[in-house]
Amino acid sequence: MTTTSGSGGRIPPALRTEALEQLLTERGLIDPAAMNKIITDYETNIGPLNGAKVVAKAWTDPEYRQRLLEDGTAAIKELGFAGRQGEHIVVAENTATTHNVVVCTLCSCYPWPVLGLPPSWYKDPVYRSRMVREPRAVLAEMGLELADDVQITVRDSTSEVRWLVLPERPAGTGHLTEEELVPLVSRDAMVGVAKVAAP
Amino acid sequence: MGGTQGWGRAHPPRADEPVFSQPWQGRAFALALLSSRVAGQNIDAFRHALERLDRAAYLDDGYYGRWLNGAELQLTESAILAPGAINARARNLSGKDTQEPPVPEPARPDYAPAAPGSLRTVDTTPAFAAGERVRARDISPPGHTRLPGYLRGHTGVVELVQPAAVLPDTNAHFQGENAQYVYSVRFASRELWGAGAESFAVTAELYESYLEKAS
Repeated sequence: MTTTSGSGGRIPPALRTEALEQLLTERGLIDPAAMNKIITDYETNIGPLNGAKVVAKAWTDPEYRQRLLEDGTAAIKELGFAGRQGEHIVVAENTATTHNVVVCTLCSCYPWPVLGLPPSWYKDPVYRSRMVREPRAVLAEMGLELADDVQITVRDSTSEVRWLVLPERPAGTGHLTEEELVPLVSRDAMVGVAKVAAP
Repeated sequence: MGGTQGWGRAHPPRADEPVFSQPWQGRAFALALLSSRVAGQNIDAFRHALERLDRAAYLDDGYYGRWLNGAELQLTESAILAPGAINARARNLSGKDTQEPPVPEPARPDYAPAAPGSLRTVDTTPAFAAGERVRARDISPPGHTRLPGYLRGHTGVVELVQPAAVLPDTNAHFQGENAQYVYSVRFASRELWGAGAESFAVTAELYESYLEKAS
């Protein structure tokens, strides 16, 4: 089927979006306030800062780290993060010798409650197709060179299970508090395409 | 898309990328989330709608363009909107005088979820245990499936037994939930891609009916 073209030529998606919004709101089928709340939530509240708080806590609280690795969903919920695309979250820990990286080859499944909506590279066909075939090469192109002896595990998110990577705590950060560690933890490290750098 | 070639080099992440780079993307995202419910459908049906878009509708306007087009497909198939209704309204919004199709009689699927979300309790025990060798069945289901093509026929080892969940293959078609255990199965790269592959492992979450015992 063709949805974006036709006798009148290609219609910009912004205009088609406005048309759909009008068609549904004028019949009372959707509530504009609910729509605006969804947009605001994902623009401001639900993003990688949530995941960074989880990681910083795991780095500074060994009992929390244990709970996080045993039952990610429950440990993440302790910090108040749950909801869409976070029904069952499993946490994979990266170390000096094991490296986990997350992909969704079938669509773009991503743990929204802790990382927000996926960045453009995660949704890109390049990433989705090649990460399960040549991850070391893809990671290098993205700026992460891994030593030859590092074991890579690619997590293809094919069900409703969602993966969060617990990155390795960088050397030289032993003096930092949980609050001071939070801003160091990047989205990219929690997907596994980067490491966390010391400040 | 797993394992397909010809897409080019990977793009390095940008730290300052906005959540929605254009305002319409946020609106399309929220509309798609809400439309699935308006259409009386579910997330598996939404993913199946995305899979049935033509190449241009899937790729040309990116991720949120795909979501917009998937929402349109769900809404027209449940007869909430007539085919062409969005484009006709869009043309009118751009100042053209276009006849809009009449609003159809809604025909939502005869479907209601057994519970919110996808996790379910089942009264069976898992067919496979952690450490067991399993093979992804070499099957090509006619409709929606979450069994990636690149894993079919390949053997791996169960790493984790995950909670039981609704089977997307039937739920996407409103043919029942068929809740079953899900397994994180670990595959060696050389099992999937041959002796010349980089050394690594892939795990995927596979529904019980996708798997068979391997010796």
